[in-house]
Amino acid sequence: MGDMSEGGTTKKFLYLNRKASYGTVYALESLEVVLIAAAFEQDVSLAFIDDGVYQIIKGQDTKGIGMKNFSPTFNALGDYDINKLYVEKESLDERGLTEDDLMPLVYEDEDDDWAEKPSIKIVNRAEMADLMQDQDVILSF
Amino acid sequence: MSILHTVNKSAYERNALDSCLGHTKPGDSVLLIEDGVISARAGSVAGDKLAAALGETGVSIYALGADMAARGIPEDKLVDGVKVVDYAGFVDLAAENDAVEAWL
Amino acid sequence: MKFGILVNEGPYQHQASDSAYLFVKAALEKGHEVTRVFFYHDGVYNGTSYSVPPLDDRQITKQWSELAKEYDVDLVLCVAACQRRGMMDDGEAERHGKGANNVAEGFRISGLGQLIETGIQSDRLVTFGD
Repeated sequence: MGDMSEGGTTKKFLYLNRKASYGTVYALESLEVVLIAAAFEQDVSLAFIDDGVYQIIKGQDTKGIGMKNFSPTFNALGDYDINKLYVEKESLDERGLTEDDLMPLVYEDEDDDWAEKPSIKIVNRAEMADLMQDQDVILSF
Repeated sequence: MSILHTVNKSAYERNALDSCLGHTKPGDSVLLIEDGVISARAGSVAGDKLAAALGETGVSIYALGADMAARGIPEDKLVDGVKVVDYAGFVDLAAENDAVEAWL
Repeated sequence: MKFGILVNEGPYQHQASDSAYLFVKAALEKGHEVTRVFFYHDGVYNGTSYSVPPLDDRQITKQWSELAKEYDVDLVLCVAACQRRGMMDDGEAERHGKGANNVAEGFRISGLGQLIETGIQSDRLVTFGD
């Protein structure tokens, strides 16, 4: 269960996102927790499965529904060293989506001369199941 | 490493059970709570899926007795192989597995 | 074993709070420790002192308060969720120029960091929601 490091325990946290934004508050509040969690220096991964893949789709425009479009905030995750965003291929396929429909989220790799690298990794369902097995804490909202 | 998956939705309302079963590993446990217990009735569409999952995936499937009773589902109407637990059993399952994953 | 609990839904609308309460009670009765129950989203309404349910219904807030007292469970309401939904302790009420404290006995308002801390400090985090 986690490694002891200077300043406390580091655990593997997985944020499981299965719902689209706007219809309910859960997607927004999950992102809020992820941003707060960055300060705790835990090993954070985000999983997008089922309708959760719609959270990071391109071209969100909320002007007509009177709510704030919070999708640009996903661009900031890289600056907080949150760069493991796993998107399930089967969930994309079922919804008629491809990786090109998703926002091009990136981070700068400090171990590789700050090269810009994609944060999104497309994985299949079996790989997603393996990822879940590897976690200490799984948060769902 | 094993996970206790909790499913609190009827399979007739949302895809939580399907999605959960697609992400389990042998040795995992699935616990049906709240409206999730509706899926555990034998001779039903969801029940047939559970029976298949029991045979194919190497997971154990449980249902919370209090939620079954509240919804008028007697134990003898459960899919064969689904085990009934009380809240203390829910606590034991959470303790015995390494993590708890809620399929909300 | 140390359990942390996350409750995402309000009382009466959804079974989540009832399920969480019965789970926590069972865990405590088995001798486990429940380090914290964190209430998020509409879940913060579980901590209102202003609810007066009919007497023949379960008293959800009171049940949590009594459990917290008996077993010294830390019941935390997310501050950001509280601010959006009109849940105030004395400090929050004063800061925002509102009249009253409506946080029930045994509950306290704090930040989301408390949820992460619960995940770090507990052996298992169990989530109840919609």
